[in-house]
Amino acid sequence: MAATTPLEPSLAAPSGLLASRPRLPRWAVPSTIGFSFALSAVVLFLADSLTIPAVVALTVVLYAVAISVWSLRVEGTRYAADRTATTVVTAAFGIALIPLISLLWTVLQNGARVINFTFLNTNMVGVYGEMTEGGIYHAIWGTILITLAATAISVPIGILTAIYLVEYGRGALARGVTFFVDVMTGIPSIVAGLFAFSLFTLLFGPAFRAGIMGATALAVLMTPVVIRSVEEMLRLVPNELREASYALGVSKARTIFKVVLRTAIGGIVTGVMLAIARVIGETAPLLLTVGLAADMNWDLFEGRMATLPVFAYRQYQQGGIGVDRAWGAALTLIAIVMLLNIIARLIAKYYAPKASR
Amino acid sequence: MNLLAARWFEFVATGAGIIILVILAAVAAFLIWEATPALTADISELQKISWFNADSFLAFVAPLIFGTLLASLLALLVAVPLAVSIALFISHYAPRKFAGPLGYVIDLLAAIPSVVYGLWGALWLAPVIDPVFRWLTSFLGFIPLFADYQPPAKNIMTASLVLAVMILPIITAVSREVFLQTPRLHEEAALALGATRWELVRMAVFPFGRSGVISAAMLGLGRALGETMAVLMILSPGTLFSFFLLKPGQHQTIAANIASKFPEASGVSVSVLIATGLALFVITLLVNMAARWIVSRRSDFSGAN
Amino acid sequence: MASGAVAGVLALTLSACGADATETTPAATGGSDNTETAAASGAIAGAGASSQEKAMGGWIATATSALPDLTVTYEAVGSGGGREQFLGGGVQFAGTDAALKPEEKEAAVERCYGGEAVQLPLYISPIAVVYNLPSVDAANLNMSAETIAKIFNGDITKWNDDAIAAENEGVDLPDLDIIPVNRSDESGTTENFTEYLVDVAGDAWPHEASGDWPRSGTQSGNGTSGVIDTVTQTEGAITYADASRAGSLGTAALKVGEEYVPFSAEAAAAVVDASPRAEDASATNIVVELDRATTASGAYPMVLISYSVACSVYETEADANNVKAFLTYVASEAGQAVAAEADVAGSAPISAALRSEVQAAIDSISVAG
Repeated sequence: MAATTPLEPSLAAPSGLLASRPRLPRWAVPSTIGFSFALSAVVLFLADSLTIPAVVALTVVLYAVAISVWSLRVEGTRYAADRTATTVVTAAFGIALIPLISLLWTVLQNGARVINFTFLNTNMVGVYGEMTEGGIYHAIWGTILITLAATAISVPIGILTAIYLVEYGRGALARGVTFFVDVMTGIPSIVAGLFAFSLFTLLFGPAFRAGIMGATALAVLMTPVVIRSVEEMLRLVPNELREASYALGVSKARTIFKVVLRTAIGGIVTGVMLAIARVIGETAPLLLTVGLAADMNWDLFEGRMATLPVFAYRQYQQGGIGVDRAWGAALTLIAIVMLLNIIARLIAKYYAPKASR
Repeated sequence: MNLLAARWFEFVATGAGIIILVILAAVAAFLIWEATPALTADISELQKISWFNADSFLAFVAPLIFGTLLASLLALLVAVPLAVSIALFISHYAPRKFAGPLGYVIDLLAAIPSVVYGLWGALWLAPVIDPVFRWLTSFLGFIPLFADYQPPAKNIMTASLVLAVMILPIITAVSREVFLQTPRLHEEAALALGATRWELVRMAVFPFGRSGVISAAMLGLGRALGETMAVLMILSPGTLFSFFLLKPGQHQTIAANIASKFPEASGVSVSVLIATGLALFVITLLVNMAARWIVSRRSDFSGAN
Repeated sequence: MASGAVAGVLALTLSACGADATETTPAATGGSDNTETAAASGAIAGAGASSQEKAMGGWIATATSALPDLTVTYEAVGSGGGREQFLGGGVQFAGTDAALKPEEKEAAVERCYGGEAVQLPLYISPIAVVYNLPSVDAANLNMSAETIAKIFNGDITKWNDDAIAAENEGVDLPDLDIIPVNRSDESGTTENFTEYLVDVAGDAWPHEASGDWPRSGTQSGNGTSGVIDTVTQTEGAITYADASRAGSLGTAALKVGEEYVPFSAEAAAAVVDASPRAEDASATNIVVELDRATTASGAYPMVLISYSVACSVYETEADANNVKAFLTYVASEAGQAVAAEADVAGSAPISAALRSEVQAAIDSISVAG
């Protein structure tokens, strides 16, 4: 991933040609925060509603108003707008972090209680009632197998389609494909599940259940995400690179392999990872197609399979100790994604063009 | 690689594009095939289904469509500004030391299964948001939107908030990736002209990233429209055309309705549910057409044109 | 601790292929006929009602000790799905909260190679009216069917309403809004609950019996977990749910005749024994027409019966033997006792009289040709 360093607008405005207005001193920001905090604490104390969330919220509002007004008086509209924007962006970021962190924390807290080696390494054969035995070994492998199968189906199709759209696609067919990829992005997961269900039950009988059904449903969901992100990444490869390659007499296919894909590989891997992340937690289609099993099933083409999301949902529905297992399964799922992410980043780093842009 | 191999690769790539069309045609065909019995069935036949309480299939599916759109649009309204802010914060405001790990955490959140969002929404968010809704309904209750809140907070607003949190990571991740790709030259040019950071963002980053943000939002909308488990676990459903956002039992989404009725369904009721799925499919098609139209007016910013 | 250590060692030694959570140790179990079970080997699959899921989990897990060579799976896809899969030949047996409809019985003839569907009431579960009132210290609130109907129909809105107070003298009822919570999915629990209200509450319940809740604009939850979670979170909420899931929440005692009966396994079994059979019942089609308006002393009339459906004729000897052996175990005293454990399913064991009828029906299962 080619992360750019944010460019810092220099604080000290050059004197001379650009007649600059005075800037706020460096201590302006911390002192305004401190002042807002103190004021909101006092106000809320007097209003008899002194709670941490209330203080934080009021502090942010007071700070935003105070710094903007101050800046407007001293620095003028442009810098005032800049300061307001900074405050708003940072505050929005803070607000968004609340649910995200509470979510991660809840999963971590509830999941860590149940996860241990035995939990990760046993299946649910013979577990009933409030038995504390039992684990998610079978569900972990089920999820991995089904997701890998979905990836194996969707990634080649996805990357090739993206290459077609960016490098070859002209005319009605390309426009049609682009449009329908968009449509496909919007396919609700439950509809993808219904599709896989009808397809396989029509071919193999009404009671046919297999991991491949789930993989098909997930692949339908995953393919457009892969196409979209790969396409986006390929389009960001500057035309100058392609033209330089053609100018050297390199064929188009070779240019795609050696120049375009190589330049975009970091983004492509990230895109594929995002696509996997998009589908690995899908519950509804797997509930319809793959069901749940108590034991490990290594055969993708025959029989029900356990997967972490379905396992989590069904354990939650059973209540009691099942809720703990559900959190454990959820945490494991997140850990798997984290692992995939790290691997993806290492790959991306390894293949990234050596020179920065 | 000789010329023949080069042509061969073009054929393969084109073939992949055609496969996409085939898959989509297959999905549509199967949905229509399975939905036909419900669409052609006599209305008295449909009314034998215990939960079919309308005079026609359209009258049955209309409130569900309304609920689906309402929940998704509310979610999008909350999520997009927040997601763009986060993406911007990570790409242009946060110190680089923070940016990497933050981006990583956001990517991670995109992978949390929807069941967990459902659990979190029902067990954590609903009690936390309860005092806020009480306050809203007592002070702003004269606005119909906020009237008649009844605890627990199992209303469309809570469901939309959870949907917003669900689609936040995916919108953020895509937007951030696009913002980071803003041509360095554009940024430097803006700074050289003495632009403040906000002006840099407005003049260089947003124009470049707009189509990316829109497609990110569409990705999020797609997920919100079809989200099943979280809505199923949070919302007290009802099938009304109602703008009472805090009242329980007013709205239901198509996807959650399918998941809730499917287990006990057989015969023609399965067809009815698949027909509602077809309606959902058509909605996503229309939404995407609209989005496509917006994006196409902005497509001249990509590197390869 | 010891078992944990053993499991740990097992897990270590088998780390390449995962470990079963429990070891299967063959042990003699009372109630199952060994000459018959010896023939059971292989696998059978069932699907159907989620109400039976926990009990089925217990039966499948404990059956391995009596039937070590038999693998049984049960998928809780819902009653309708279970019946459909059974009639489509996808599974060997089904679990369903509602007996087969006439057209389904016709379809069963073809599925069962000219035989018929065998329906056995093997899972009897009391439904409790569950409420969240931490301030009320009475063991159970007394409620008549009319009161329950009015609460769920929104006619009684306060906990200290005169109608509730009159039935609970000496109980300090709080001045709190009643929040009725129903199931949002279609379920056998809702169907049995509304049937009870239709049969017993009279005019107080103006709706028809249905698996789908008839009123709109109400709080609801998906599945038993959904309603129980909602009620647990909300003071003043009330719902109806599988009694074993009530946990620490309060449960109502129902008015039967002139007395108030809290739910119990015995009271639930009593109403089944006091009820007549359905019109189309036969020796193999044991369908109970619950007499919910019963005034029999000590009977708890709000009950869900979930049937196990099998074929009277199977294509292969293996299927016939396996289904026979497994259902025999389920119907046995030991099997019923497993499901009755509070932390398994808390169901009501079938009576001895019903067992002998059921056993006769199971014994009639045969092979085609």
